[in-house]
Amino acid sequence: MFQNVLEKKDKKVILLGNEAIVRGALEAGVQFVSTYPGTPASEIGDTFYRLQDLYFEYSTNEKVALEAGIGASFSGLKTMVVMKDFGLNVCLDALFPFCYTGTKGPTVIVVADDPSCHSSAQSEQNTRGFAFLLHIPILEPSDSQECKDFVKFAFEISEKFKMPVLLRTTTRVNHQSGLVKLGKLASRSSLRRGDAGFVKDVNRFNTLPPRVLEMHKELLDKIEKIQEYSEKSKLNLVGGKAGRGLSSSKLGIITSGVSYLYVMEALKELKINLPILKLGFFYPLPERKIKNFIKPLKKVLIVEESEPFLEKEIKIFAKEVNCGLKVVGKELVPEIGELKPGIVAQAIAKFFGKKFNKLSVISNQLSVNRRPQLCQGCPYWLVFGAIKKAVKEKDVIFGGDIGCYMLAGVPPHNIQDYLFCMGSSIGIAHGIKKAVSGKQKLITFIGDSTFFHAGIPALINAVHNQSNPLIIIMDNKTTAMTGHQPHPGIKTDAAPIIKIEDVISACQVKNLKIIDPIKQNEFIQTIREFLKKDDVSVIIARRPCKFVK
Amino acid sequence: MVIVGTGGQGLITLLQILAEAAFSEGYDVKTSELHGLSQRGGSVEVHIRFGKKIYSPMVAQGSADLILGLEAQECLKAIYFANGKTIFLINKFLVPISGQKLLKQEEILKNLKKISKNIILIPAADICEKELGKNVVAGIYLICLACFKGLIPINPKSIFKAIEKIVPKKYLDLNIKTFYLAKHEK
Ligand SMILES: Cc1ncc(C[n+]2csc(CCOP(=O)(O)OP(=O)(O)O)c2C)c(N)n1
Ligand code: SF4
Repeated sequence: MFQNVLEKKDKKVILLGNEAIVRGALEAGVQFVSTYPGTPASEIGDTFYRLQDLYFEYSTNEKVALEAGIGASFSGLKTMVVMKDFGLNVCLDALFPFCYTGTKGPTVIVVADDPSCHSSAQSEQNTRGFAFLLHIPILEPSDSQECKDFVKFAFEISEKFKMPVLLRTTTRVNHQSGLVKLGKLASRSSLRRGDAGFVKDVNRFNTLPPRVLEMHKELLDKIEKIQEYSEKSKLNLVGGKAGRGLSSSKLGIITSGVSYLYVMEALKELKINLPILKLGFFYPLPERKIKNFIKPLKKVLIVEESEPFLEKEIKIFAKEVNCGLKVVGKELVPEIGELKPGIVAQAIAKFFGKKFNKLSVISNQLSVNRRPQLCQGCPYWLVFGAIKKAVKEKDVIFGGDIGCYMLAGVPPHNIQDYLFCMGSSIGIAHGIKKAVSGKQKLITFIGDSTFFHAGIPALINAVHNQSNPLIIIMDNKTTAMTGHQPHPGIKTDAAPIIKIEDVISACQVKNLKIIDPIKQNEFIQTIREFLKKDDVSVIIARRPCKFVK
Repeated sequence: MVIVGTGGQGLITLLQILAEAAFSEGYDVKTSELHGLSQRGGSVEVHIRFGKKIYSPMVAQGSADLILGLEAQECLKAIYFANGKTIFLINKFLVPISGQKLLKQEEILKNLKKISKNIILIPAADICEKELGKNVVAGIYLICLACFKGLIPINPKSIFKAIEKIVPKKYLDLNIKTFYLAKHEK
């Protein structure tokens, strides 16, 4: 709960994982925060947005959010950048060199994965994999208390080694609430940006070759040092004899993140007592600690969500210290979808060779398939309705994009022939139109926030390379899907509003109309007219989301 | 305990109230919720667990003590969490699912009874509509009722305090009236 975020030191309060991350940052004394919203990370930014003293911004997209953070770090500020998993893909281009240059002000990047894709189209991403490419330290908390504590550790590591540190969460960590014992808030005056200053350091902030290769070497050296630190860190914890009852010293479990909680619960339930290694560091792994843990074992079970990254690493370690060790992972723990306590209990029971009488669940024959729907009174009903009246659906290709309007792809609308990632509706539309030329018509939808995020370069490309999709901008005056955050086209504070129509005109789009979709006739006529054009056309469907006042 | 319903029924507020109340009685507590696409009028399922020491925020398959259904059809999905002893506390309330025939109340109960005999159906939405003019507080009504009846081992007083702490001022009066309505009904 929001009130609890600012409670006094030593109090125990209930916090959502995302709120605990904010609290941790406030205790560490974060001064500069940037984000682009995305579930399951959105409440982190939304909570910062309500706070005073420190600097916070909703950036236009994750890449500029990170770049803003890099600038703040280079100027000496304690910095946090927050995003959902796909945001990391968008900002990778800036993150690689940032790992090379390292930080000046300590910097923590929070990235939230969403296994099972509860709130994500696109893909089931496992951000941990980037560790091997980026060489960025990754910490994985499992509950709210750890969310708070790990953020502070992350800032400490960043400060000590001058490296950005990535805090990787998953939906069940971000959206879990639990008790948190609070630490001391940093003083309010220390949060202000007062004494920030950019001190020139050409050798450090320029990644020009041949210096860049030296930097690569420096990065690997840092990681070696951080690994030493990881070996001793209490974030990697051996222990956890959860259940009283059967025990074995020949079997063990290695786990991390939310899976750890399921493991502990399962051991309690099964009344089994096993040695457990809980890893708070995903990268760099505490190799010696892991080797010591597995050395006396016959069998080890790796409980991790998604790809078996830990399993693969541990198989390599086992070859060096314990050839006979059987490393069990994905044969018992599914790779697709998030883990659940029951699944983990089942896996552990099998691993231990104990019968687990899974409570027989009577399957339910009646289907209840309630899909998400556009709200009653959503302006998008009017847009989709007009399209259905304006064209024969089978004759037109429909491009989708990311936002509430991707529900174009479900009944009763069913007008979405492809859906990828933010901004790609226009990019792909251009390719299709180039391929099929005049034979097939194409209409794409893109939201206002998504247009600013990644739509503009694609629009410029379509105009410059001369194709002719009809682009409908779903201008509902908010970033609705992720919790109604502002964007550059909306009045906030004293900032000038950037009008979508001005951007589009500046991109030399000649066929442009702004229509309130309540004017159905005009909308229908314009669709028909614009579909005949040989160059790019844009309709801005302007009507606020029903939650916008 | 698992609470199921549909987007917009205020499940997350219920979760916060229960968590705060359980915590005030000295329990360790964890909850799990979902935001985003899952809230756009789709099915919503949230979990709360409290006790001496809680690790998992999620209820395991077949191990819910109580399943609170703010919408009757959604209870069928929650069967995954039920066992022979699970209590189903159900709001007699149906929200149509587009493209699907509305299930009959009896049909739903028949299916639930295959797994547990402990099924309590309460016309909470109707009661709240009739007495308070608003059926959105049906969830509050049901958690209060569950505490008064001893289905949730939390003192109603703690729930009352948690309501005061969590519900925004604007709606507090309505929620308090709901609390007393449940008290009289018990
Ligand atoms: C790279 C990336 N960042 C963030 C998200 C999360 N996200 C999903 S929908 C959405 C909002 C889109 O807003 P808008 O285009 O205005 O559409 P609306 O929801 O308002 O209809 C965001 C930010 C994402 N999917 N990918
Ligand atoms: S939140 Fe707004 S944009 Fe999204 S479906 Fe509802 S009314 Fe439409």
